[in-house]
Amino acid sequence: MIDDTTIDVTVRDLLSGLAPEADLGTLNPNVDFRPVLDIDSFAFLQFIVGLHERLGIEVPEADYAHLRSLSGCRAYLKEHLHP
Amino acid sequence: MPSLGADMEAGTLVEWRVKPGQAVKRGDVVAVVETDKGAIEVEIWENGYVQSLVVAAGSKVPVGTTLATLSVGGVPPGPAAPPAPAVRPATTEAGPTAIAAIPAPAPTAPVSGGEVEPAAGPRASPAARKRAHELEVDLVRVVGTGPHGAITLADVEGAAAKPSPAVPTPTRPEARAPPPRPAPSLDIRRAIGAAMARSKREIPHYYLATEIDLEAALRWLEEQNRKRSVVDRLLPIALFVRAVALSAREVPDVNGFWSNGTFRPSAVVHVGVGISLRNDAGLIAPALHDVDAKPLSTVMKELADLISRARQGRLRSSELSDATITLTSLGEQGAETVFGVIYPPQVALVGFGAIAPRPRAVDGLLGVRPTVNVTLSGDHRASDGHTGALFLAALGRHLADPETLK
Repeated sequence: MIDDTTIDVTVRDLLSGLAPEADLGTLNPNVDFRPVLDIDSFAFLQFIVGLHERLGIEVPEADYAHLRSLSGCRAYLKEHLHP
Repeated sequence: MPSLGADMEAGTLVEWRVKPGQAVKRGDVVAVVETDKGAIEVEIWENGYVQSLVVAAGSKVPVGTTLATLSVGGVPPGPAAPPAPAVRPATTEAGPTAIAAIPAPAPTAPVSGGEVEPAAGPRASPAARKRAHELEVDLVRVVGTGPHGAITLADVEGAAAKPSPAVPTPTRPEARAPPPRPAPSLDIRRAIGAAMARSKREIPHYYLATEIDLEAALRWLEEQNRKRSVVDRLLPIALFVRAVALSAREVPDVNGFWSNGTFRPSAVVHVGVGISLRNDAGLIAPALHDVDAKPLSTVMKELADLISRARQGRLRSSELSDATITLTSLGEQGAETVFGVIYPPQVALVGFGAIAPRPRAVDGLLGVRPTVNVTLSGDHRASDGHTGALFLAALGRHLADPETLK
């Protein structure tokens, strides 16, 4: 089972690559980060592609809604990533 | 120095990618020019051999200045002449503006039409330039403290001693307060302002709007994406771009350029795509080439690449000058309807608002469908409302039948 830290680090890393000027430290993990980080649908798709490249996971479009907050990402990825 | 936008008056030649005597072919990148839109790779349109580099790297020169000479065709020139560092009418400025940097704003030096501003001296002394090369310091990021803002040897050595202060790294912690708007956006804003002022001054705009039902298109996209790996997934904007291109083929009076008092329809369709830059840094509309001739998957891939590079300030000169019609989609930012301003010398701009569920008459009953408000801003010298309406009707037909967009 992939650990929380790897998931968190990967997610933050990808998001800071898409929003380089943002302060992820102050980001509320439970809110939709898209308006806060000014991430549009194109950037969000890059995020999904990044998850695929780093964690090997193919997220179906129907599941995108689960990955809109830091806590949502952690829960979803933990559930769907297996050793 | 190429014109890389209707508003551009001068550019800084940052780097030569070729040497005298080198063979070049059409499409090769020969130089990098710094503009408010970022570092643009300039492509050459001839096959031949580079004869001499007239303008030295680091110089800012007006649009139209000869940058290099080329011998066109077969035979390479004789022993290469050393590059002549002659800089023809040039304005110098304190510290160039690179899109990623946060330098002091450059003082604007007026250069009126017929006059030649005497060059006040090289922007960086040869010694400074040589030292910069030795220390691998990028001159573009050095603020000059010499006369007229020229970069001195000391400036280069100072810059080498500390890391570049300007490029934000992803892990750099930011201040709590919203960051102040970076200076380069002032240049972009000024450039956009100039272009828009010119457009409104010269182009008699007319506007048409229509609401397009996207139920079929979005269902089709969903089905496509279910079958596709994340790396191949499609976004609605790719459908919009393809639909605009195919409709422009069908209604040619919206696709081309107005110059010297006539409309010149274009044989190709290069769609400019409005891309918002991060941090309120402005909106640019680089072109995707030959969209009418490419399959949807290719268009999506190229669009993704274009958006990434635009946001990193790494576009090519052909992308900045070739659009034959432009599309702007601001729906995600919240606008329901966008009435855009045409980018001269183009003659039309298509605006897409937010996709939202809206009430609609469906088979005589009230239904709810995802729809988008689409507008056409047209140049009344090149087309009129009737033609514009035909274009919007074609657009509606294509989006209602997404199979035609593949």
